Amino acid sequence: MQRRRFLSAAAGLPFAAYLGRGWTATPQAGTPRFLLVFLRGAYDCNSLLVPTHSEFYYRARPTIAIARPGQAQGALALNADWGLHPMLEDSILPLFQSRQACFVPFAGTNDLSRSHFETQDSIELGQPLEGHKSFQSGFLNRLTQVLQSDRQSHRGPSTMAFTAQLPLALRGSAQAANMALASVGKAGVDERHSQVIASMYQGTPLGGAVAEGFSVRDAVQRGVQEEMDRAGRDAISAKGFSLVAQRMAVLMREQFDLGFVDVGGWDTHVNQGSASGNLANRLAELSRGLATFAQEIGPEPWRNTVVAVISEFGRTFRENGNKGTDHGHGTVYWFLGGGLSSRAGGSIAGTQAEVTEKALFQNRDYPVLNEYRDVLGGLFGRMYGLSPAQVQQVFPASQARDLHLV
Amino acid sequence: MRRPHFAQEKYWIWIAAAALAGCTALPQGTGTATPYHADPLTRQALASPQLTAPLTAEQRQQWLDRITWGASDSDDVQLQKLGLKAWLAQQLAPGLASLPAEAQQRVDALDISQRSMEQIQQDVAAQRQAIRNAADPEEKSRLGQALQRQLNQWAQEAQKRHLLRALYSPHQLQEQMTWFWMNHFNVSTRKGDVRLWVGDYEEHAIRPHALGNFRQLLEASMRHPAMLVYLDNASNAAGHINENYARELLELHTMGVGSGYTQADVQAMAHVLTGVGFTTREAGAPAPKLRPERRGDYVRQGFFEFNPNRHDYTPQTFLGRPLQGQGMAQVEEALDRIVAAPATARFVARKLAVYFIDDNPPAQLVERAAQAFERSRGDIAATLATLLAAPEAMQRFGQRFKDPVHYVVGATRLAYDQRVATDMAPLLGWLSRLGEPLYGHETPDGYPLAQSDWSSSGQMTARFEVARQMAARGTVLFRTEPQAALEKPPYPDLAKRGSVQARLPSWSARSRQALAQARNPVDWNTYFLSAPEMMFR
Repeated sequence: MQRRRFLSAAAGLPFAAYLGRGWTATPQAGTPRFLLVFLRGAYDCNSLLVPTHSEFYYRARPTIAIARPGQAQGALALNADWGLHPMLEDSILPLFQSRQACFVPFAGTNDLSRSHFETQDSIELGQPLEGHKSFQSGFLNRLTQVLQSDRQSHRGPSTMAFTAQLPLALRGSAQAANMALASVGKAGVDERHSQVIASMYQGTPLGGAVAEGFSVRDAVQRGVQEEMDRAGRDAISAKGFSLVAQRMAVLMREQFDLGFVDVGGWDTHVNQGSASGNLANRLAELSRGLATFAQEIGPEPWRNTVVAVISEFGRTFRENGNKGTDHGHGTVYWFLGGGLSSRAGGSIAGTQAEVTEKALFQNRDYPVLNEYRDVLGGLFGRMYGLSPAQVQQVFPASQARDLHLV
Repeated sequence: MRRPHFAQEKYWIWIAAAALAGCTALPQGTGTATPYHADPLTRQALASPQLTAPLTAEQRQQWLDRITWGASDSDDVQLQKLGLKAWLAQQLAPGLASLPAEAQQRVDALDISQRSMEQIQQDVAAQRQAIRNAADPEEKSRLGQALQRQLNQWAQEAQKRHLLRALYSPHQLQEQMTWFWMNHFNVSTRKGDVRLWVGDYEEHAIRPHALGNFRQLLEASMRHPAMLVYLDNASNAAGHINENYARELLELHTMGVGSGYTQADVQAMAHVLTGVGFTTREAGAPAPKLRPERRGDYVRQGFFEFNPNRHDYTPQTFLGRPLQGQGMAQVEEALDRIVAAPATARFVARKLAVYFIDDNPPAQLVERAAQAFERSRGDIAATLATLLAAPEAMQRFGQRFKDPVHYVVGATRLAYDQRVATDMAPLLGWLSRLGEPLYGHETPDGYPLAQSDWSSSGQMTARFEVARQMAARGTVLFRTEPQAALEKPPYPDLAKRGSVQARLPSWSARSRQALAQARNPVDWNTYFLSAPEMMFR
């Protein structure tokens, strides 16, 4: 009988090494922080960043277009060409106006499967589309590896996904924590149990994950304690994504400088609504959460933080027969942060195309002119001062483009 | 390349009609599989001499952990009584449902067992009418909330029924496969009216075919309102194309992404599927007004409806060849072509191998199973028999990381065997906590199956918390009132179970040392259920 694989495989780090690791160390002042927000299901970017200058937009979407600025329930004017969804007036608009937000339309991947799952996977892996894919190497994990091996940085980043499962973007050889933050209960497994359980896994491939899990659990519970202390002082308690965002902010302020979270519910094939309705509510909840995050992480960390909001692809430019939209191609990425450059903050950045029928990709979608690996590679290069070779480690065979976002 | 000779489309229509004739007309609560004769390939696979060699106690645990939702002492008795070969044959060809009486009574008492889908649907329609008619806004809101509660209750009843069968049915392989196919043809209660339909979907579209024929299973899932709502084909009509279902049908249900079909094939399939929908009009209601030459094309079976007025009759080329049929016959022809494609055999075979054996099943093993799928024209039992009896499979016990459903249901079976739970809420709660609630995966890809999908740091910590709850207060499952005091002792006596003791000799020294540190039975249970060895099957 074959021995079980987990007994015969290479040893993980000993438990004591994890307990001794500096989970409680707060990132030093000036440490860059990065949070990736993945909108799963392909959100309709044309309802977020409205091409208010485009006659064609209003013809292509007779029932779901967001009206022009100045009209009833109209878009919030960002400049002469573009408007913002009206539900974002109190959350994202102030950030944009204070140059702490920018949008990059015509962004995305060259993956053309139009499959949610394949495209989400391929973006999270961040590997070249051609050739063999490794499902055990996500781009945020490779970024963690690069930063940890960089001798100039005093400490490696602590990386965490605020999700119940470890996303593909974080799979790989660098250790990354994960824990869903929407509901955090009291632990029933006490200190002694935790040690005995961890001892069973010592030297097995799961040893690292088990030890780290206990350690992160303790950190999250300290954060929840802080919340409860504040709630005792009559603070309004947050709900939904805002609650998650508030907890993320505490963890990224205190411990983790690289984060990931995903938000679902964007696959609006039917009755997506316009200024109000399903999609409007999703956008509003997301945006409130992001504004909460900017607030809660605190002024100094926020100045060094970039939040990137991405999605697997855009949706068809024309509305479909069910007052919804189908799977498309190019989308709009958002970048938020207290330290966006004066050039990028409050602007529509990246390579632009006309928003006309003729300019559509395959006569149905936004084209992709700002490839995600190139754009994020350029951003990481600036944020972390990476060499071109290091950027290539994160995004192999990419052509990093510096949009001067920070 | 050799192509399997699929029967004429007429044959398929006959099979589909036969399968659907039973749909919703079955006596309530039986959930019977259509009896069928085992494919010769099943017998051939089970003839392997390796299946007649005597098993050690530990080997029996391994087989039980693979074929059932998790070993229990009573299933071990069955396996010993019948011997491996006969036991496997029985698992692959279950007869009529035979839940233990107490579990069956619990299923029978559910509202979804007491009332037919038609009655439930009419109930909802009447409630919606009352909501529309209510003049007083408060009344409207009260009625609306009552309906939401009712919809939640029906979905929860379906979850309870699923768990009762997973825990106590002697036909364990059928129950595992029911979960597998519900996940493969995933629908989510978070979308639209799926809560209303999901119980019927499992009962009449998925479970009867769980070990039957893949082509019939595919058709049954396509025709059911749950799928038609979930992937929007109910709103796919000529001039209003919605390609959601067409794409997932090819990508997730059959051929697999990157297997050779193109965007043009997806679009063609979306056109083929126009008019495939459902209706809630009464069974005897007249057909919609149709042009005379289309009247013969109209199909109505149960809730299913093919409406020629919504169908796009433009000729279509699909997977490289024109489709000959028109109307519903064109749909059948396209489905035949999809199921006959070698990519479908490989896609399904590989997914089964991943589910039962290992994240990275050997190519040879997948190929064997795929060939059985092709030669048997999609016979699921024959494909499974070939897979499970293959030497490569028998060399790989204990390598499949348990997803949360296997972990939670398996631990419950081990701890309490055939003692029937009276409160399913704790089990449903544990599944939610571990991220795998029944019918709760929002996207159509279903829950992922690989170890790395379930073994991150946060997931392991959550699993130990669940282990601790079961270890310390497992008798929450036997409360008859939510707030009643727990019976004493409130924990299971795991160490006394034969199926527990049979495992321990092969455990690592570290795991056994941990058990030796237990200060009381609750500690012992906690360490036992948290051990690395309990995470694999």
